[in-house]
Amino acid sequence: MALLSAFALTGCAAAPESVLNPAGPVAQMQLSYMYLSFWIMAAIFLVVAGVLVVAVIRFRERRGQERELPPQVEGNTALEVVWTIVPILLLAILGVVTVAGSFTLARLAPSSRALVVQVTGHQYWWAYTYPSLGITTANDLHIPVGEKVDLELTSKDVMHAFWVPRLGGKTDLVPGRTNYMWIEADRPGVYTGQCAEFCGTGHADMRLVVEAQTPAQFQAWVQSMKHPSSVPASGLARQGYLDFKTAGCFACHAIAGTPYQGVVGPNLTNLAQRPMIAGNILRNTPANLAAWLRNPPGVKPGALMPNLHLSPSQVRALVAYLESLH
Amino acid sequence: MAAISRALNAPTVVEPTEAGRGLWSWISVVDHKRIAHLYFMASGLFFLMAGIEALLMRVQLFAPNGHFVSAELFNQLFTMHGTTMIFLAVMPLFIGFFNAVVPLMIGARDVAYPRLNALSFWLFLAGALFLNSSWFLGGAPDAGWFNYAPINTSTYNPGPGIDFYAIGLQIAGIGTLMTGVNFLVTILNLRAPGMSLMRMPLFVWTVLVTSVLIILAFPPLTVNLFLLMFDRILGTQFFATAAGGQPLLWSNLFWVFGHPEVYILILPTFGIVSEVVATFSRKPLFGYSTMVLATVAIGFLSFMVWVHHMFTLGFGPWVNSIFALTSMIIAVPTGVKIFNWLATMWGGHVRFAMPMWWVVAFILTFTVGGMSGVMLAMAPADLQFNNSYFVVAHFHYVMIGGSLFGIIAGLYYWFPKICGRLMSERLGKWSFWFTVVGFNVTFFPMHFLGLIGMPRRIYTYAPGLGFTTWNEVSTVGAFILGVGVLLLAINVVVSAVAGRVASADPWDARTLEWAIPSPVPPYNFADIPLVRGRDALWVEKTHGDGRMLPAPAAHDGHAPPGTVHMPRPTALPALLAASVLALGYAMLYRSVWAAVAAGAVAVYAIHRSMFTPDPGEFMRVLSEPGELAAQGGAH
Repeated sequence: MALLSAFALTGCAAAPESVLNPAGPVAQMQLSYMYLSFWIMAAIFLVVAGVLVVAVIRFRERRGQERELPPQVEGNTALEVVWTIVPILLLAILGVVTVAGSFTLARLAPSSRALVVQVTGHQYWWAYTYPSLGITTANDLHIPVGEKVDLELTSKDVMHAFWVPRLGGKTDLVPGRTNYMWIEADRPGVYTGQCAEFCGTGHADMRLVVEAQTPAQFQAWVQSMKHPSSVPASGLARQGYLDFKTAGCFACHAIAGTPYQGVVGPNLTNLAQRPMIAGNILRNTPANLAAWLRNPPGVKPGALMPNLHLSPSQVRALVAYLESLH
Repeated sequence: MAAISRALNAPTVVEPTEAGRGLWSWISVVDHKRIAHLYFMASGLFFLMAGIEALLMRVQLFAPNGHFVSAELFNQLFTMHGTTMIFLAVMPLFIGFFNAVVPLMIGARDVAYPRLNALSFWLFLAGALFLNSSWFLGGAPDAGWFNYAPINTSTYNPGPGIDFYAIGLQIAGIGTLMTGVNFLVTILNLRAPGMSLMRMPLFVWTVLVTSVLIILAFPPLTVNLFLLMFDRILGTQFFATAAGGQPLLWSNLFWVFGHPEVYILILPTFGIVSEVVATFSRKPLFGYSTMVLATVAIGFLSFMVWVHHMFTLGFGPWVNSIFALTSMIIAVPTGVKIFNWLATMWGGHVRFAMPMWWVVAFILTFTVGGMSGVMLAMAPADLQFNNSYFVVAHFHYVMIGGSLFGIIAGLYYWFPKICGRLMSERLGKWSFWFTVVGFNVTFFPMHFLGLIGMPRRIYTYAPGLGFTTWNEVSTVGAFILGVGVLLLAINVVVSAVAGRVASADPWDARTLEWAIPSPVPPYNFADIPLVRGRDALWVEKTHGDGRMLPAPAAHDGHAPPGTVHMPRPTALPALLAASVLALGYAMLYRSVWAAVAAGAVAVYAIHRSMFTPDPGEFMRVLSEPGELAAQGGAH
């Protein structure tokens, strides 16, 4: 038990997705509840363990006692009342904060000022739509710091769960239903997590990236998403732009500012700005992108993006095009 | 002569030593004690299989980006590990104890429905074999033991794995349901004269409440599995969201079953611990009435907490608050039990034989599991814990540190009664330390893994997240635990063959099963005993001459003097279960004709069972307590 608290103090730096290192009010509140219940429970555990150790040492059968019987006590009403009432009182404390906390995390009335993001889970990636800003993106969630962000969660296929531990606990994405949660980041940074409801072969590779930005940075990102880079006029990138159609990529993927408007796979607008690719399991480098394009299910088991058997020149051109999308 | 009287359908006189030779005697078994052997052997094997599945997962998770098994295989492994442990190992191990000792503890000669009892076992075995045959017939189920919708529908899971899950659990579940009915009736109707409800041993109380839980909790699972089979085989749309189906229907029905199931898996351990702690402290159980009340309260509350498995599913603050509070309330009767066990030891002369070692380990580890359970009940905090390794740690502390440690305590305790020999204490201590240390090294770090963000059911993890060290520790612990379990298995086998021969009452114990010889003759009690108080045998030891008095003779089916009337062995239950197994495969392969054929055999077996009266047989009572062992024995 002491180990646990020692761990809590030292284990954060090496654990970027630690619940014990909250970066926003939701995770902070949840952590305070964990500590409250932990210390109450630790106290009860020490009582139980202490009594057990004393009983084992003091009331062992000793040599010569084999034939004599201990007093045949059958019960003690006063004692039994005590160890019924005391736990009830301790649990009452936990009960009160639990109810209060449940309502704090709920959306009691639509908050007009909060930024709303619609989150849709897919096997095995995340779609994000900002209805008030007219932006759609995937796998790379941008939020402004110091602001409550309302997430409206649903799923296109099976259940998923949105879990970025440093920003708050998880909520499930259920097909045919819209769930709600809110998150808020205290300070800028990249916060990661992953899908926490088993969703199939690629479950382990369905990772989350949230970029919390200062209001100015966030506005800059919004502007870049609203005014994406223009279609390349020449060079390898131009070839990639054309291959995007001939190879069939456009059937699933959309890129704002182009005729490509597929909705099956992730929206690729400004892909080059994203830190990660392939459901956030690979760093966004030209080499990783090329490897991914060559054989997606080989890189990420269960990936629904098929191996299109692209030629090396197609891969080169597509990488050049996609990495030009700033 | 025997053949003629069988033909006339009249009871024959048989020798107790005739019961129990050869393969056919096992297939046609109706004796609850031998059915207990079958349960122990079958569920012991499934336990080892599920343990091997766990070790394979631990090897895979030893290092980041592991490639020991594929993602697909890993998903099958964790699904089968959980499903097997819960349905095919721990629950039937408990049912083994129900069979082995409940009739003995209440002074009965068998359960109320011996044939139904055999059918329960054979259906369990059929379901278990069906489910595990999936490994060889196209792939095991791979959507987790709670098998959420809609990933369990044909759209997202076209292979046969989920069919194996739905049909296999259905078959095994019907058997379990019958066990619940059987033991409820047995305990209510077959208690020896004088044994009022409030004189029953606490283990019998927990079996009674568990039986009620089985009867009330399994139907929602049965319904759920039927809906899933309809969706997958007939093309209905209960869980298909595209057609307006409702995945949360599965989640709710599953946990309406699933949470009482947790208590089905822990209440009998509470009973075992209560028996062991009283016997080895040489005192009556402290606060017996409170313990009974706590058992009933836990059973009652277990139906009001199911949403705490689903706090993240978005039912809103009202629902989450109510279910959080009911979940916390369960801690109160559970805490009362722990304190009463401690109070039983307090002031006693505690003897430390192996059963008591396991009870001490149980109290510590189960308390840890209970504590983390209260932490999980805080709904807002649970949003962080849910589906993380913290939960994996929690339920293994409850299932291993709770249920299994109790099972092991019960095994050491009743082994001499079941097998007539004592288990080795020396090997037992080695096994104890390996198991307890290995268990804690495996599962305590999982609390940390959950807190630093590792979700359950991921086949691998990235380096740099801080998960590596604790996963390495956990894997090492799993192998230490494996050694402990292996030593236990060796101890069971070696002691069954060559253990020290046990007397009728090797622990100087308190309850009725210790008043009859070890191993127990087929008819259990030559005379039905008269119960003159709680802890019936102890009453006779302290207030009588140490032997049970015979109850005033009840009318015993005109049995000739020196014999008792017993049910006749029959293979009809095994035949019925075999036909149900065939029906399962017919459904799996969507073969109407095979289904009709298997169904016809099933109808025949049911008809024969119902409409052919069982005249039973008159079994001769042994004159000397040791006669059975001397003649080679039935066990």
